[in-house]
Amino acid sequence: MTDAGTTARDGAPLLKCEALTLAVPGRVLARGVELEVKPGEIWAVLGANGSGKTTLVHALAGLAPASRGTIFVAGKPADSSAARIGILLQQEEAAFWGSVLEYVLLGRFPRTAALFGWGIEDENASRAALAAAGLAGFEDRSYRSLSGGERQRTRIAQLLAQDPDCYLLDEPLQHLDLRHQVAVLELFGALARERAKAVVMVLHDALWPARVCTHALLLHEDGTVERGPAHAMLTRERLERLYGCALREIATDGSVFFAPV
Amino acid sequence: MSRPLALGGAFAAAAVASVFLALIAGPFPIPARVVVDSVLFPMPGVVHDIIWNLRAPRALAAFACGGLLALAGALLQALLRNALADPYVLGVSGGAALGALLALVAGAGAALMNLAALAGAACAISIVFGLSFRSGEWDIYRLLLTGVVLAAGLSALVSLVLVTAPQVQVKGMLFWLMGDLSYAGSPIAASTVLVTGTALAAGAARGLDLLSLGDTKARSLGLPVKPLQIGVFVLAAVATVAAVMLAGSVGFVGLMVPHAVRLLGVTAYRWLLPLSVLLGGAFLTLADTVARTLVAPQQLPVGVLTAIIGVPLMLWLLGRRRLSS
Repeated sequence: MTDAGTTARDGAPLLKCEALTLAVPGRVLARGVELEVKPGEIWAVLGANGSGKTTLVHALAGLAPASRGTIFVAGKPADSSAARIGILLQQEEAAFWGSVLEYVLLGRFPRTAALFGWGIEDENASRAALAAAGLAGFEDRSYRSLSGGERQRTRIAQLLAQDPDCYLLDEPLQHLDLRHQVAVLELFGALARERAKAVVMVLHDALWPARVCTHALLLHEDGTVERGPAHAMLTRERLERLYGCALREIATDGSVFFAPV
Repeated sequence: MSRPLALGGAFAAAAVASVFLALIAGPFPIPARVVVDSVLFPMPGVVHDIIWNLRAPRALAAFACGGLLALAGALLQALLRNALADPYVLGVSGGAALGALLALVAGAGAALMNLAALAGAACAISIVFGLSFRSGEWDIYRLLLTGVVLAAGLSALVSLVLVTAPQVQVKGMLFWLMGDLSYAGSPIAASTVLVTGTALAAGAARGLDLLSLGDTKARSLGLPVKPLQIGVFVLAAVATVAAVMLAGSVGFVGLMVPHAVRLLGVTAYRWLLPLSVLLGGAFLTLADTVARTLVAPQQLPVGVLTAIIGVPLMLWLLGRRRLSS
């Protein structure tokens, strides 16, 4: 975190990619993707289904070897960057039989000082992360007994326990009710503002939550990519082109919302 | 006291008790006091010979076999992220059985039969590994499916050998197929595999917990997923082969013992692995003692007893869990 503070003052990008090709087996989605994420910035990644949003965050996390390009984490080529980059995956692959606390503890793997099992520091960080995700009191519950929304918040708590400098969130709001959607957006907003964390979030149902973002990256279906400050990107014309459907602009209390016509 | 430590104490006591019972019980019962005397003050004689040359090696073989199967089962359930994985999904039991039975038909002796079983198991494992690890890509689902398909094919071949073999050989073959410790060789090699294997697996336990999150998440947390998976595969294969070489294909232990430990509330692999080894070893030692005393002097295949004793226990555990939660 001291590192993140330093880079924040320097204004140097925490995460940077150059000439990135997004590809899935048999298909190239976009070429020449450039991105610079600085500490304190919150990026929204928007695009239609199958436009490469997930492929992009996987590539940024070093999990998509098929995608060519160069990725830098704090100025160094990304390889073993688990302590600096944390990712919330869209798809749950877990077959986890243990308790909620044990699940969150696994996020401490890149940070723990313990050689075997977990240390008291790991446990404290995990309990604090659960509390931050609104799950205090769930520690001893079985992970399998949780509802979809509770699991999603447990997964977010695991990421908070990992405490990376850059958060990559693929559909962070899925399964969450409105109150928890607001709470999760506020949580990551606070991490960016107060602790100079960088956040990149893929949003699907994106027209109001994207407003918390400082920047946006749009992945169009024809493979073109637009990026820039949120106010410049989140306009009716751009979003209509992005989603291929007509939108209505609703301005109220100085905020702008978009809804399908 | 924490639950894993309490269970560890209970299982360790059960392990000692099961071995002690194995030394006492048999067609020639030896009083407990005499067994204790023979341990503390060894005196040459018939009783000493029965204890140290017959019963102790067999008890140790049973314990090592049970421990190895439970270890392999727990490792494969972690590797395949599948609750139904057991040591034999790698095709080990089918390959070993086919090798051993063919050697029996050819009239080979015990040593050659063991060698044939080892060769059969090694072939099966190589096929499963080779097909699921092609061109550097590792696919867990292909591994599971390949193992199941191969096991089905081997099982058909084993049935073919059984129906075409001479009548007098069939009973011996059935014992081998169900698992039997009557002809178990020296337990030294298997015990060594058990101790080193458990230590290695416990050392990698945190990685096994991470694997349960899925490969992608585990990689994002910095776990070297592929080397760990290969290591777990090899360790599980070696443990299974060591167990099968001692006793044939004993069923039930490898699948159920790790689940019994989970149902008792321990899920983290750093505890689950050693607890499964203790419980599996104690359980098979007890089952083998029952197998050779129930209708003595005739011996029953221990693989039948593991299920007969284990199934009610597992059903009780499953039912208890549902009522309490």
